[in-house]
Amino acid sequence: MPAKTKFEVKLGAATREAFGRAVVELGRENKDIVVCDADLAKSTMTVYFQKEFPERFFSCGIAEANMTAIGAGLAYAGKIPFIASFSAFAMNKGFEQLRSCAAYPHVNLKVVGTHSGISIGEDGPSQMSVEEIGLACSLPGFVVLAPADEVSTKALVRAAAAHLGPVFIRTGRPKCPIVYSGAHQFEIGKAIELVDGSDVTIIAGGLLVAQSLLAAETLEGEGISARVIDMHTVKPLDRQAIERAAAETGAIVVAEEHLVDGGLGVRVAQVVAQTRPCPMEFVGLQTYAESGTPDELMEKYGLVARDVAAAARKAVGRKH
Amino acid sequence: MAKSLEELRAIALRVRREIVEMIGAAGSGHPGGSLSAVEILVELYFDYMHIDPANPKWPDRDRFILSKGHAAPVLYAVMAEAGYTPIDKLNTLRKLGSMYQGHPDIRFMPSLEASTGSLGEGLSLALGMGLGARLDGRPSRTYVMLGDGEIQEGQIWEAAMAGAFHKVDNVVAIVDYNGIQLDGFVKDIMEIAPVADKWRAFGWHTLEINGHDLPAIQNALREAEATKGKPTCIVAHTIKGKGVSFMENNPKFHGTAPTPAEVKLALQELQ
Repeated sequence: MPAKTKFEVKLGAATREAFGRAVVELGRENKDIVVCDADLAKSTMTVYFQKEFPERFFSCGIAEANMTAIGAGLAYAGKIPFIASFSAFAMNKGFEQLRSCAAYPHVNLKVVGTHSGISIGEDGPSQMSVEEIGLACSLPGFVVLAPADEVSTKALVRAAAAHLGPVFIRTGRPKCPIVYSGAHQFEIGKAIELVDGSDVTIIAGGLLVAQSLLAAETLEGEGISARVIDMHTVKPLDRQAIERAAAETGAIVVAEEHLVDGGLGVRVAQVVAQTRPCPMEFVGLQTYAESGTPDELMEKYGLVARDVAAAARKAVGRKH
Repeated sequence: MAKSLEELRAIALRVRREIVEMIGAAGSGHPGGSLSAVEILVELYFDYMHIDPANPKWPDRDRFILSKGHAAPVLYAVMAEAGYTPIDKLNTLRKLGSMYQGHPDIRFMPSLEASTGSLGEGLSLALGMGLGARLDGRPSRTYVMLGDGEIQEGQIWEAAMAGAFHKVDNVVAIVDYNGIQLDGFVKDIMEIAPVADKWRAFGWHTLEINGHDLPAIQNALREAEATKGKPTCIVAHTIKGKGVSFMENNPKFHGTAPTPAEVKLALQELQ
């Protein structure tokens, strides 16, 4: 087992900011990269692309359904379109178009949702997206990515552009802790084991990856050895990493900033049930949140390291 | 590929017979809105569009999207007649494994430009294709046929706004204004009039024609192509079920297949 080093919370850029920068880099390399936005370019950070490539940026106004199908049309014409909005709108208002114009004909459309989860804070539930992982994963052929930090977002946006087929990328509003400081390979469908452990595995996505690293430290102090996996690809899942975790640690916690219903957890549970059944616990949302600061909300709705550690203890306690 | 009016009329007649036969064989489908669109599709595929059925993915081709995807039989018959797909398989319409799916499905028929069937989406798809062609400097034009009932969908008007705003003048929307939708007459379900005024108000160059008059369709397509800086909408006044007396203006034949006896009668009329 590799020696565990202390995880220090150092804030990096928001994942939406990393997306905005990454898509500009892609645009410089490939003239077929185009971007559509629905009056949120200054928030989704597609504004960088708009400034550098105005002729390849299409303002669609506050009309997400139309934007989604225009994006699909651009893809039919051979372009690699990234369409962006808040996750709540990109996925919910464009869902039928994602189904009919992107998933079912398997169109090369990239959908980027920003302001995902409850960590958007003060704007409250109408702007918070807590269902979109379930929605996106229900679409056959879609790749669904939920990166944890700036570095992984940049790499996965690049991977999404190179992938032929529809992709949804979930990004967030707040600055988020840096998980990846060294060199890492990011591959769609390949989970990353950040910390090895033998008593329990914590499988996390997005902001909960950093919280899970903190939880693992707490648990280590109690004599519980926790493995931490960044499941940046929610679909297709890295089934081998899950099966290995179930076999080698015998207990699994899944942690995400999303409704437990329809989220990463239920998808992981399906794999566990089919391979190596073991005790599982789930850290996630049960319902809609409210206004507050991001930190207050993550605390109140049970999405911090303390909650992950508690779930891990419970899962370990249920082992035979 | 341009054809004389005589030839186009002969093709239109064959297409009508094929529509009736294939829907009859399928036992379900949408004859009325297929028959109303025949002349427009025949004119596009046999005269106006720059296409190569032997090379359906030619990058500079013109494109056609049947946004009112339930009229798939007219598209299938016209594309088969044009040489994209086999004519002798038309009667497999709606059968398991057939390339002629209930609604146009690009997975089964790769020579299609898009899968359609969920109403309200084709105009947005056409705009994306038009913008893509413009970025690439291609001469391609994109034609999209909308149902009149279909323009009750809000997304159509989102797209209408976007088409004018982005000046997508290589896109032409054609409204098949036959006045009937599934539940009855359009005016009784959700009035859409004044249709042309609406498109004009949204910034489209708009013209109204008789959608069964081939020279009128040709002139309208030429006028659309000559119109720069804004997209064109052609409001085509048509007759639902055109060509078969007992289907004409009969809401029943929006989505009901003719019985074998009705197929026989229809084919007698379509001589």
